[in-house]
Amino acid sequence: MPRLIASRLAISLLTLLIVSMLVFVATELLPGDVAQAVLGQSATPDAVAALRSVMHLDQPGWWRYLTWLGGLLDGDLGRSLVNHIPVAQLIGSRLPNSLLLAAVTAAVCVPVALTLGIIAAIRRGSLYDRVAGVLMVSAVSVPEFLVATLAVLLFAVNLHWLPAISYGGSIHSPLQFFRVFALPVLTLSFVIIAQMARMTRAALISVLDSSYIEMALLKGARPVRVVLYHALPNALGPIVNAVALSLSFLLGGVIIVETIFNYPGLAKLMVDAVATRDMPLVQACAMVFCTAYLLLVTFADVCAILSNPRLRDR
Amino acid sequence: MIRLSPGERGTIEQMLRRGATRRDVVAWLGSAGIGLAATGTIATHATRALADTPKRGGQIRVAGYSSSTADTLDPAKQTLSTDYVRCNMFYNGLTTLDGNLTPQPALAESFDSDKATVWTFKLRKGVQFHDGKEMTSADVVYSLNRHKDPKVGSIAKTLAAQMQEIKATGPNEIQITLAGPNADLPVVLGTFHFKIIKDGVTDFATAVGTGAYKCKEFSPGVHSIGVRNENYWKPGKPYLDQIEFFGIADEAARVNALLAGDIQFAGGISPHVTRQVKQAPGFEVFETKSGAYTDLIVRLDTPPVGNSDFVMAMKYLMDRAQMRTAIYQGYAVIANDQPVDPTNRFYDASLPQRPFDLDKAKFHFGKSGIGSTAIDVIVSPAATGSPDMGVLMQDAARKIGLNLNVKRVPADGYWANYWLKSAMCFGNINPRPSADILMTLFFKSDAPWNESRWKDPKFDQLLDAARAEGDVARRKQMYSDMQRMITNDAGIGIPLFISLLDAHISGLKGLQPIPTGGMMGYDFAENVWLA
Repeated sequence: MPRLIASRLAISLLTLLIVSMLVFVATELLPGDVAQAVLGQSATPDAVAALRSVMHLDQPGWWRYLTWLGGLLDGDLGRSLVNHIPVAQLIGSRLPNSLLLAAVTAAVCVPVALTLGIIAAIRRGSLYDRVAGVLMVSAVSVPEFLVATLAVLLFAVNLHWLPAISYGGSIHSPLQFFRVFALPVLTLSFVIIAQMARMTRAALISVLDSSYIEMALLKGARPVRVVLYHALPNALGPIVNAVALSLSFLLGGVIIVETIFNYPGLAKLMVDAVATRDMPLVQACAMVFCTAYLLLVTFADVCAILSNPRLRDR
Repeated sequence: MIRLSPGERGTIEQMLRRGATRRDVVAWLGSAGIGLAATGTIATHATRALADTPKRGGQIRVAGYSSSTADTLDPAKQTLSTDYVRCNMFYNGLTTLDGNLTPQPALAESFDSDKATVWTFKLRKGVQFHDGKEMTSADVVYSLNRHKDPKVGSIAKTLAAQMQEIKATGPNEIQITLAGPNADLPVVLGTFHFKIIKDGVTDFATAVGTGAYKCKEFSPGVHSIGVRNENYWKPGKPYLDQIEFFGIADEAARVNALLAGDIQFAGGISPHVTRQVKQAPGFEVFETKSGAYTDLIVRLDTPPVGNSDFVMAMKYLMDRAQMRTAIYQGYAVIANDQPVDPTNRFYDASLPQRPFDLDKAKFHFGKSGIGSTAIDVIVSPAATGSPDMGVLMQDAARKIGLNLNVKRVPADGYWANYWLKSAMCFGNINPRPSADILMTLFFKSDAPWNESRWKDPKFDQLLDAARAEGDVARRKQMYSDMQRMITNDAGIGIPLFISLLDAHISGLKGLQPIPTGGMMGYDFAENVWLA
């Protein structure tokens, strides 16, 4: 077990290194550079040249990459090329927002999705299962920006119940907390609940089909007991996997929700950084997302192993 | 009826509010050379002035169109209109530009020059920075000099380079010696980047200026909060207690936030959402007629398009009236292939308007000898409106036998890869504070941004002469000649001047257009109040 986790971590570090190279090369390939982006319509050739040399953009790409990597190994993420604020500070101001949104959404979605999925699996083929199935497929297929826009038009513009933008800075009471998070969480829940519930259902059904469940039923165990004590523990691995993947989506894939609700999260920070070709910031955001993803996947694997006695003792 | 400039209107309204009698106003009008014919105008203003008496107090939330980590409080580094809004809240310049871009005194009480080369600015006394320190000439000299320092990386470095020497000639007086005469120096110093900061400041985590609001909070890419500066040097101003400013990049989200009551003022909306705003009760659209334009660029040095007849054919192919209604819902002013717009004091209204004329287009196209060869024109959402303009021109071109091939490319990277490089493409030019800056940047023979590579030594001479000319009437004549040269000879087709649009709640009062930008030249903060 410890050896497995150690080898997992080593592979993760290698993955991070490769991702950082790919991101760097991709940013280099984009047309224009940070000097032009910063100067906008003031980007006369000599102004651009001056700014480039101040930002060391006149140095070769590999030199800039190695400098950045060296800084990273020293624990220094560098400074944003655009506003000279330390990258660590920029990320530090946004990461808590992203984590909070992810946490609230997870807290809402996980119980709802698991309940829906489990009931659908138990009542497989029933009217409930079929209706829920259709609804879930529809929810997954409706793009988030549509859900978000419709929700804003209805709840904010027409009914004036909820704010159209969600800025977390002004939360002083539970009611305000609810008002700020209601619409973004609602939007995200649509897709996540549907996805998680469908995966839970599928995982559980494949276990329910196995012969030892039939055996348990034949022994006269009550259906609830069969599901909760016999089937669910064996379906836990795939379910945790589904939950972890959905949560990693919450950290990085929420750009549309962050944009529409003007929520100051990490995904928007990264998009800003790409738009201004701010290499240190793009790299740092990519590292954060990649690390979070790897952590969640590793966590899911470990859970899968722990829930399976055959793997546990190796 | 006589047209009053916004500055004059402001003075009259202020007089009326202070309780001036009709006789006072007429006396002032006489001294200002306006005369009695304006009485009707005054009467209207009197009524509006009473209905529109500014009220103190209240706070608003305002959203601009962008928000990013590039947000800055350093006047030298401002790039986006959101930066201009912030810096206008916290700082002042030596001068400020009015409704037709004439410089008016601000932190400088008065200014004067010797042959437009040696300029003396007398500073206003008793102006305090937010930390209580009094503003002196040392602050002004520092603020202006830093633009010339390459290490600062100032956006206005090129503009500042003409100031050869900037020195204090007393505690409240500075002298600027220019490399060559420039009658527009007070205009230049009224632009966004030349705000006055405290001597020696290099850290811009917060703003210590002389502006109407003090910086309470600044968090790049998130928001800024300004609170009323009780010691502001303009008596009675500002009116609001607090302004919270942030960016909502998505336009639909910005408009929804306004309609939902989360914000009171939304900067930068596009013409197609104006109807939605106007239909909602309690909301208004604020239009600023400006010098912004999207232009067709034909490279004169690149065959086969670099042909004066072909260029002329393209200019006649533009159905400006249709572009105005179809693309801009009427929020644009028809332009005449030259860059000085009607709000500018040097605009020449006597220049005959070039019509949409297929016969003339066909005649010139025939003379160009291009025939049925397909000609590419690059369009992109980066040059706003250009995809639609391209399609409209393609339709018209078909009627004269010109095979125009509209190639649409993405906005990202457009300026680096296509603009100034393609034989025929579109540009998009922001409003500039003076005719001189505009023409020097985009039409002078050796300008790096001479979009069509049009070269005319006579134009360059005239440009230098107009810059040095102190007499406004003579200058106007020179700019008028230059407008004529551009419209007839340059490879640039300017169909329209695009209005800048903002949306606000009807209760937000005091907005007057200033053509340097939307939101009152981004200087709404000290001028608005809540009714």
